[in-house]
Amino acid sequence: MRYSYYPGCTLSSTGVEYGQSVAAVCEVLGIELVELEDWSCCGSSSAHALDHELALSLPVRNIALAQPAGMDTLMPCPACYQRTLRADRRLREDEAWRREMEALLGFAYDGQGRPRHLLDVLGHDLPAEAISSRVRRPLKGLKPVSYYGCMLVRPPKLTGWDDPEHPVLMDRLLSTLGAEPVVWSYGVDCCGGSLSLDRSDVVKTLVGRLATAAAEAGANCIVTVCGMCHINLDTRQQGTQMPVFYLTELMGLALDLPGQEQWFNKHFINPLPLLASLGLVGQRR
Amino acid sequence: MRKIGIFVCHCGLNIAGTIDVQRVVEEIKKYPGVAFAADYKYMCSDPGQALIRQAIADYGLDGIVVAACSPAMHEVTFRKAARAAGVNPYLTEIANIREQISWVHQTQPEEATRKAIETIATIVEKVRYDEALVPFSLPVVKRALVIGGGIAGMTTALHIADAGYPVVLVEREAQLGGKMRQLSGLYLNFDAAPDLLETKIAAVMQHPNIQVLTNAEVVELGGYVGNFTVKISSRFQVPGYKLQVPGSEIAQSGINPQPETLQPETLQPETPQPETFTFDIGAIVVATGFDLLPKSELGEYGGGRPPDVIDGLQFERMLAEGEIRRPSDGAVPKEVVWVQCAGSRDPELHMPYCSKICCMYVAKQAMAYKQRVPDGQAYVFYIDIRSQGKGYEEFVQRAMTEYDVLYLRGKVARVFEEDGRVVVYGVDTLSGKAVEVQADLVVLATAVVPSAGARDLAQRLRVSTDEYGFFSEAHPKLRPVESLTAGIFLAGAAQFPKDIPETVAQASGAAAKVLGLFAQREMVQEPTIAFVDEELCAGCGLCVAACPYEARVMHPWKPIAVVQTALCQGCGACVVACPNKASSLRNLSTEQLLTMMEPVL
Repeated sequence: MRYSYYPGCTLSSTGVEYGQSVAAVCEVLGIELVELEDWSCCGSSSAHALDHELALSLPVRNIALAQPAGMDTLMPCPACYQRTLRADRRLREDEAWRREMEALLGFAYDGQGRPRHLLDVLGHDLPAEAISSRVRRPLKGLKPVSYYGCMLVRPPKLTGWDDPEHPVLMDRLLSTLGAEPVVWSYGVDCCGGSLSLDRSDVVKTLVGRLATAAAEAGANCIVTVCGMCHINLDTRQQGTQMPVFYLTELMGLALDLPGQEQWFNKHFINPLPLLASLGLVGQRR
Repeated sequence: MRKIGIFVCHCGLNIAGTIDVQRVVEEIKKYPGVAFAADYKYMCSDPGQALIRQAIADYGLDGIVVAACSPAMHEVTFRKAARAAGVNPYLTEIANIREQISWVHQTQPEEATRKAIETIATIVEKVRYDEALVPFSLPVVKRALVIGGGIAGMTTALHIADAGYPVVLVEREAQLGGKMRQLSGLYLNFDAAPDLLETKIAAVMQHPNIQVLTNAEVVELGGYVGNFTVKISSRFQVPGYKLQVPGSEIAQSGINPQPETLQPETLQPETPQPETFTFDIGAIVVATGFDLLPKSELGEYGGGRPPDVIDGLQFERMLAEGEIRRPSDGAVPKEVVWVQCAGSRDPELHMPYCSKICCMYVAKQAMAYKQRVPDGQAYVFYIDIRSQGKGYEEFVQRAMTEYDVLYLRGKVARVFEEDGRVVVYGVDTLSGKAVEVQADLVVLATAVVPSAGARDLAQRLRVSTDEYGFFSEAHPKLRPVESLTAGIFLAGAAQFPKDIPETVAQASGAAAKVLGLFAQREMVQEPTIAFVDEELCAGCGLCVAACPYEARVMHPWKPIAVVQTALCQGCGACVVACPNKASSLRNLSTEQLLTMMEPVL
C-alpha cells in the first residue's frame, strides 16, 4: 500500500512523537508513505479564522502537489484533513472556483487521489489481521477511552467513514491490540482546540470534563489521533493525571516497535508508571 | 380550401420586444390559405378576442391560428372565442411564439422573427387538415376513495358520505384513528383525544354510505378523473370491520384464515390469503398522515440508545396511560427536558423544514407533566416559538407563567446517558451561557416526516411528492388541496405537517372538491385521441402491448384492435407501434405531421 503523505506542522513540533510513531507503525504494516515535496500550510487555525478563501486555497496547493502521483494522501492531523477535504470537495462541486484555483496554481484538477485520515486508512484499507497478526504484546489491562475530537468524523457529509456521533473505528483497532476500550459519551466532544493559547480557562474546563468523565467511566488512559487534542489533554488537566496516548504510540507498543521510550518521554503526563503497573514497559525483543 | 385567420399577439413586450410582429403579419399574409392576419397588444384580452370573432364574421374564416403564449395558458380561451363565432374549437390552434421563441431568443430578434413565421406556417398546415371534432361525454362515477383512516381521512369520508355519495375508506392498520389514536389530551383545552376520536370512528363505522376496509392498501390505480379503477388488497379480514361491499367485484376470494384451528407446524407466517377488491371510483383523497423521524437518526441526541430519551408520541402514551414514569427504572422523573426542532430546521443534518406542530404539543406536554408532577421541573429548549393559531400564543404563555415551564432559547448540542441520568448540553442564547441539565427524562420533539410507504403509494397513484415525500399540492397558494393529478385530492399531514384543526379544515376542503366533481352530470373528454383504421388493422396486437393506459384491447371476435376511448390519453405510443399505420391520432395524423414539416424544411 502506497500513499502520498502530508504530515502537517504539528508532527514536527508539538506532536513529534505522533509523527515518529506514525512512521514506525506504517513501516512495519507495509504502508509506504511518500511525503509530498515542498508541502505548505493546510490553512487551519489562523488562516481559516482570518480569511475563508485563503484557508480553502492553501490546501489546494497541496492537492496540486499530490496529484501527479495519483494516490490518496494520508494525513494524521484532523485539522489538516478537514481543511484539505473541504477544499477537495469544493474543487469537485464548484466549477467556477475550480477554474480559478487551477489558474492560480497552474494545474488541472483531475480528482484522482483523495485526502484520507490516518484512522480511516488504518481501519478500512488494512485488514484487521494485518495488525492482529503482528501484535507481540497485547495491551492487556489498558483501558482506554477513544477520543476522536470534535472534527475528525464531522461533518458527515464530508467524511462519511464513521458515525459522526458514536464513532467506533478506534475502539475496534484498540481491541485488536488487546486493549479493553471503555465506552463513554465524550468521544466527539471538543477539547477547546486553539483556544488553548488565548482562553486557557475554557480549555481547562473542557479538558477537565473529559479527563473526569474518562476516569468515571473506568478508563485508565485516553487515546487520540489529533496533535491539538493531545497537547490540550496532556497539559491542561486539573487535578487528574490521566495519561494521553496517540493511537499509533499504542500500536507501536503492542507491535513492540523500537523508539517507544523516546515517544513517551515527550509527554507531560508520564505514562510509564501506568504501563509499568500493567507490565507493558520496555522493549522485549 | 380552408380560410385561415392568423392572430399575432404582442403580449406587451414579451413577444413584440423580440419578434417583429408587423413583419410576421406581412409575411404570413402571403402564405397559401391565409385569408386574414392581424396583430394585437393582448390577444387574450376582451378586445383581442372580439377582434378574432369579428374577423371570423367578416372574412368567413373556418380555421384559426393564434400566435401567442403556450397552449397550456390560453388554448381554452381562444377555442371558446372561436366557438362563440361559429368555428369548431378543434379548428383553432396555438402557435407558441412566446415560451419557445421570444423568451429564449431575446438576443437574436432577426432569427426569432424568422422562426416565428415558420412556426406559424406549420400550425397553418396543421389547421388546414384538422377535423372538426366533438368532445366525448363520459359519466362520472360518484363514489369516492379515501386513503387513510386517521382524522383527515375520516373527516373527508364523513363529509362526502353525508352529502349522499358512497365512500370507500381504506386504512392500512387494523383500526381507524391514525396517529390521533396515540394522543392524550389535546391543546388548547386538554380535550381527551380518545373521546373525540371514538365519536368520529363510530360515525364512520355506522354510516350507511361508508365502506371501511382495514388492513388494506391500494395496490393499483387505472383510469382517470371521474372513472378510476382501483384495486385494493386486504391483508386479512377483521370481523366486524370489513363490511359487505355492494357494487364491487371481488376479484379473488380468499378463505377466511383461522389460525387458532391450525396446527402450529402448518401455521403460515402472518400472510393470510389477501383478498383483492376492484372498485370504480370517481375521486380519490389521499390522507396518509405522518410518521416521526426515528430517534435512531438523531445520533447527537443518543441515536435511540438511552432508554430515557423518548419522542413526543411516547410521552403522549405516558400521559394517556395516566402515570409518568421513565422507561429505565419506572421512577417518576423530576427533571424533564423537551428538545424542540429535533431533526427539524436542521439543513445540515436532517430536515430543513419546520415540523409545525411541535411548539404547541411541547407546551401542552410540559403543562400536563406539571399537572401530574407539581414538584417537577420542566425545561423546553427552543429555537423560536411558533404559536400561530387562535389562542395558541396565549396557551404557550400560560405554560411559561402559570406552569413555570422553563423556556431556554437555544439548540441542544448533545444528549447522552451518564450514571442513570440523561445529560443535556444546550445553550441559552439569551444569556449567552452554556447550559447543562442533568435530566431524568428527555422528550425529543422529533421531525414530522411522511408516513412510511407514502412514496410507493404516490407512484402507484401517479401523483407527485416533494423531495421529502410529502404529497405535492397543485398550487401552493390557490390549489392547496388538489394534487397535480386530476381527481386526486390531499388532506392532512400527508401534504405537510399540520395539527388537528388545520387537518380537519383541509379535509373539509378536499371533501368540497370531491363533491364539486360529483355535482357534474358528466365529464367532458377531449376528442384528440387515437383511433384505428379497421381496413388497415391486421390485428397483430402490438398496440395493445404498447399502450401505457390499458386503452387498447383486441376486438372480441374481429381480428382488429379497438380503442377504449374513455381511457385513451392521446399519447401516440400506438401510432409508433403500429406496423400498418392503422393507428392514428385525431388532429395529429402522420400525414398532418409530415405536411407541418414542409414550411421549416
